[in-house]
Order: sequence, then structure tokens, then C-alpha cells
Amino acid sequence: METASYTPTAADFRFLRRDGANIDENFASQGYWKGVVRHFSRNKFAVTGVILVALIFLFAVLAPMVSSYSYQEIVSVTDSHGKELVASSLSPQIAGAGEGVFADRTFLFGTDDMGRDLWTRVWQGARVSLLIAFVAILIDMLIGTSYGLISGFFGGLVDDAMQRFIEIAGSIPTLVIISVLAIFMDKGIGLVIAALLVTEWIGMSKIARAECLKLKEREYVLASRTLGAGSAHIIFRQILPNTIGPMITQVMFSIPVAIFTEAFLSFVGVGIVLPGCSIGSLIEAGFNNITIMPYQILPPITVLALLMLGFNLIGDGFREALAPKLADM
Amino acid sequence: MTKYLAKRLLLSLLTLFIITFTLFVLIRIMPGDPFPVERMSAEMIALKRLELGLDKPILVQFADYMGMLASGDFGNGTSLYNGAPITPILLTCLENSFKIGVLAIFCGTTVGLFLGIVAALNRGKFLDGLCTVFSIFGVCVPSYVFMIFLQYFFAYQIPFFPYFFDPGDFLLSAVMPSLSLSLLSMSTVSRFTRNEMIEVMASDYVKLAESKGLYGFRLIRAHVLRNALIPVVTVIAPLVVDLLTGAMVMEKIYGVNGVGKLMVDAIAGDGIDYNYVLALSMVFSALYIGAMLALDILYGIIDPRIRLSAKEG
Repeated sequence: METASYTPTAADFRFLRRDGANIDENFASQGYWKGVVRHFSRNKFAVTGVILVALIFLFAVLAPMVSSYSYQEIVSVTDSHGKELVASSLSPQIAGAGEGVFADRTFLFGTDDMGRDLWTRVWQGARVSLLIAFVAILIDMLIGTSYGLISGFFGGLVDDAMQRFIEIAGSIPTLVIISVLAIFMDKGIGLVIAALLVTEWIGMSKIARAECLKLKEREYVLASRTLGAGSAHIIFRQILPNTIGPMITQVMFSIPVAIFTEAFLSFVGVGIVLPGCSIGSLIEAGFNNITIMPYQILPPITVLALLMLGFNLIGDGFREALAPKLADM
Repeated sequence: MTKYLAKRLLLSLLTLFIITFTLFVLIRIMPGDPFPVERMSAEMIALKRLELGLDKPILVQFADYMGMLASGDFGNGTSLYNGAPITPILLTCLENSFKIGVLAIFCGTTVGLFLGIVAALNRGKFLDGLCTVFSIFGVCVPSYVFMIFLQYFFAYQIPFFPYFFDPGDFLLSAVMPSLSLSLLSMSTVSRFTRNEMIEVMASDYVKLAESKGLYGFRLIRAHVLRNALIPVVTVIAPLVVDLLTGAMVMEKIYGVNGVGKLMVDAIAGDGIDYNYVLALSMVFSALYIGAMLALDILYGIIDPRIRLSAKEG
């Protein structure tokens, strides 16, 4: 007996339960990065970190542009007697609510002892911190990664020499490096960047080397080698893309270190100097006036703490998302 | 073990020597003179250079300097304190910094360990959450924020502690500096201890020990803590370095007459005092390398496996 020919239509294939609850999500295969993003975005702390950093970035870019003062400008008015009055050390105020000759001005964070608008200066300082963060990323990515990959890939004598160099370079305290640089360079952002340039890459190079040692024994590297690929191709096209995970984590953790280094250097007076400003120099100014005007130190300290917190949370989130331990699942 | 130690010691000394030599050469090949030349005639400059031995070849100068160091003399400052001899000033500063630093390390590691253990034993409960929040803040908020606030509230608003550090009143005035300096190590150590303990407590050998009937303090001490401590020791090394950096800020805030402040004075003033930079750099490097060495040895004591592999290697 022959069954009637029947062509299945799409309507024949439907889920028994409409809500899709029978789809196995826990063990379904999914792309590596998809999993990472999913894990990351489910982490409340990590998302908070992203929001914090994004907000600070937004304010740092926009606030100095929109502000009616420049960050170096000393706000003053000339009164009816032709005398110049400087808006020094005013409390936070918005236009119309203040007193005296500056009643119509807005100073969201008040003014510093020289009469400069703290709102503008704080966000200008945040710009410097973010610039430092960017520099730290570049240093990690370019110097640290290449050094570690090359050292790990070639092994043998090259590796030995490069590792001895790191051992010696790593046992010089950062402070010593900074003071030597201070001899050769003028104080300012250049000195801060140079200090980072000399010290920041070591941690990253160690991670890149460890990853490279692990990966270079893999079959796909051997296959690539058999097909005639050169060392540079294997290092940068075959190994590098597979080391991205641990590297992102390392970068995320070296950013707060770099931001802190700048804030610290400016605080002790080796970093950004007046009339320029950074978070560190603003904290220093606030510290010097703390017994007279304690509120002046609050805005830069808060921004710094939130920025460090944000990057640390993102770093933690990445670390967990990239290498989830069984306990976290 | 002895062979390994000797090797490490030799390598440390070599590193220290390389650092000193590099610094010395770098400073000597700098253009310009380490004394104010504006108001001096050509003969005076030449005389001064002769007096300081700057006319000799660099290597000879370095040998002279090393000879001086061997007798415990760091030479004279070039601009700080009117060129007074460095050694007595350095010793006073070292003493102050060292006392506070040791107090901070002690405070940071013991309290950190304690917090970490408490958090791990109460995993997922309120105490654990409290310790986690504390350690996140300790890591994220720079220690000088704590220093400034401690000083503002507990010395200025409520004048309980002295505002500035005073060697004559060490006990009371060292509380705030060492406490705020130790916050970073405290939180790092506690976070690390917690994670390591949790990992070790989930391991098979702890389960075995438990099934043998061990429990409570003995289990923790004999099986968990010893294994959990090994990685914790590794984080202490970088923390000692952070302490040096932190000390620079701490000494500025609390007015401590210490090495960090001396270094800032030497580089942040109008002129740079090369001899101080050289002397302090050596002291810092020696401290740092010494701390690393000490931790290596400590590592061997805690973990016999490392001792064994070092013996073979």
C-alpha cells in the first residue's frame, strides 16, 4: 500500500511550548564572544562599571566645551569703582541664587582659591585621566604584547636574554624611574607618560609570554608552519588573536594603575603643573585648602574614585566573563 | 636551599649594582653642572669641578663613589639643606619611614588575613558581603583619599589624633599614617585570602581531612590556611612596593620627615639634587630587592615543594 505523497510545510514544525522553555540554553553551543558578552552583561557590577566610565567620559568631553568658562580662566568683574573683584573660593552656586557681585553666575562646584571655575577644571582634569588611560592601553598593547609574544615564541637564548632584562627592569622601583626621568625632563604630562612607558608594559609582557608559550605548541600553529608561514605571520595572525581574552583583562586592570600614577605624581608635584590641571593637581590644591574650604577637594576625589571603581569593576567583569569558573555558573 | 639562596643573593646584588651604575652614569653625562654656575667665573667653575672630582673619567668617579659608599658615606647634597652630608639626614628619614612602613605592613597583612578568613568561612553571608565591599573600596579608592579624610575628621574636626606625625609622640601620631597606608594591602590581602581559601576548601584533600573527622580550627590551620597562604605571599611583594609609593604621599600629608618626602624634595623643587636622587634611588632599590628576596625565602618556608625543586635546580 502506497502512502499519499505529502510535502511537509513549515506549519508542521512548531515548538510544543510557545515560550521556548524547552530550548536548552545551558548547554547549547554558542560562539565564544557571544558567551563572553552575555556573561558580562549579566554581571550587575560590570554593567555599573561601564555606565560609570561612560558617564565620566561624556562629561569630560562635553563639560569643558559647553562651559561658559575656560579651565584656566580667572573669573572676575570690575565693580562701579573700577576695582577688579575675583570670584575666589566661592561655594557651589547656580545663577540667581548666589549673593554679591557674582549672583548671576553659575559655579556648580564653586571656584578655587584663584577664582577659577571648579566644574570646568574637574572635567578638564578627567580628560587628562582618560588620556592617560588611553596611553596605558597603547603601551600595554604595543610594547607589552609584542615583547611578551616575541620572547615566548622564539624561546631559547632570545627568551633568556629578554627575561633577564625584565627581571632587572622589574626590580627597579617606579619611584626611582620617575626621579631619574625628572632629571632629564620637565615636569608635566610628558613626564607622566614617559614614566608609564617605562613601567607599564612589564605586567602585560609576562601575560603575553605565558599565553604564547601555551599556544605555540598547538596543532594549528604547526599546520600553519607546515604550510610555510613565517614567524611574524604566526605570531601576529595565529597566536595574537587567541590571546585577546587575558589581555583585555590585563589592560582593564592596568588602566586604573595608570590613572592613579598620574594622580599621584601630580599630587606630589612632579606631574601636571599650574595653570594646567589634572585630577591629581586638583586634589593637591583641595588638600592645601582643606581646613578653610573642605568642599573643594570633594569633586576631584569623587571623580577619581568613581573612575577607578568603574575600570576595576569592568576588569573584574571581563575576568569572570572570559574565564568563568564553575563556581560562578 | 643554601645554593639557591646564594644564587638569589648574588643576582640581587648584581641587579643593585647595575641600577647604581646606570644611574650614576646617567647623572654624570647630564649636560650642565650640579652647582649654580650663573654667578661663578670660569676659574671658579673649574676649581669647583676639580674639588668635586668631576674632571676625572666617569669610571674613576664611579670607583671613588663606591669607595665612599663602602665606608657608609653618601657624600654631600648638591642643593638640598645647603649641601650638608647626606648620611645623617638619610638615616633619620629612614628611621621614620621604616617604623611607619613596618607598622603598615604588619597591620595590613594581619588584618587583611583575618578579614579574608572571616569572609571565606562565612561565604555568601552578611560578613562576607561586608568584607567584599570593604576590599573593593580599598582597591579602588586611592589611599591618599583615606589619608586626607582621616586627617580631616579625626585630627581637625575631632582633634583626637595629632594632625602631623611627631617622632616624639610615636604611638599616637603613627596610628593614622600607618592605618591609611595599610588600607590597600589590607584589602588586597583580604580579597586574595578569601578567594584562595574558598578554592582550597573545595579541594579533595580538605574533603578527605574532613571525612577523617577533622573539623574547626585544626582543619583550617593544618590543611586550608597553609595552602591558601602560598599565593597570598606573592601579592605581598608588589604591595611592599606600593607602600613605597604610598609613603611618598603619606609623608606629604602627615608631614613625616621620611625618605618619600626627601625624594619629593630632591626632585620636585626648583633644582634637582642629584646626589640625593642617587642615594635615595639606591636605598629604594635595595629595600625593594631585599623585600623580594625575603619573600622568596618566606615562600620556601611556607611551601616545602618549592624548597625541594630549588634544591634540584
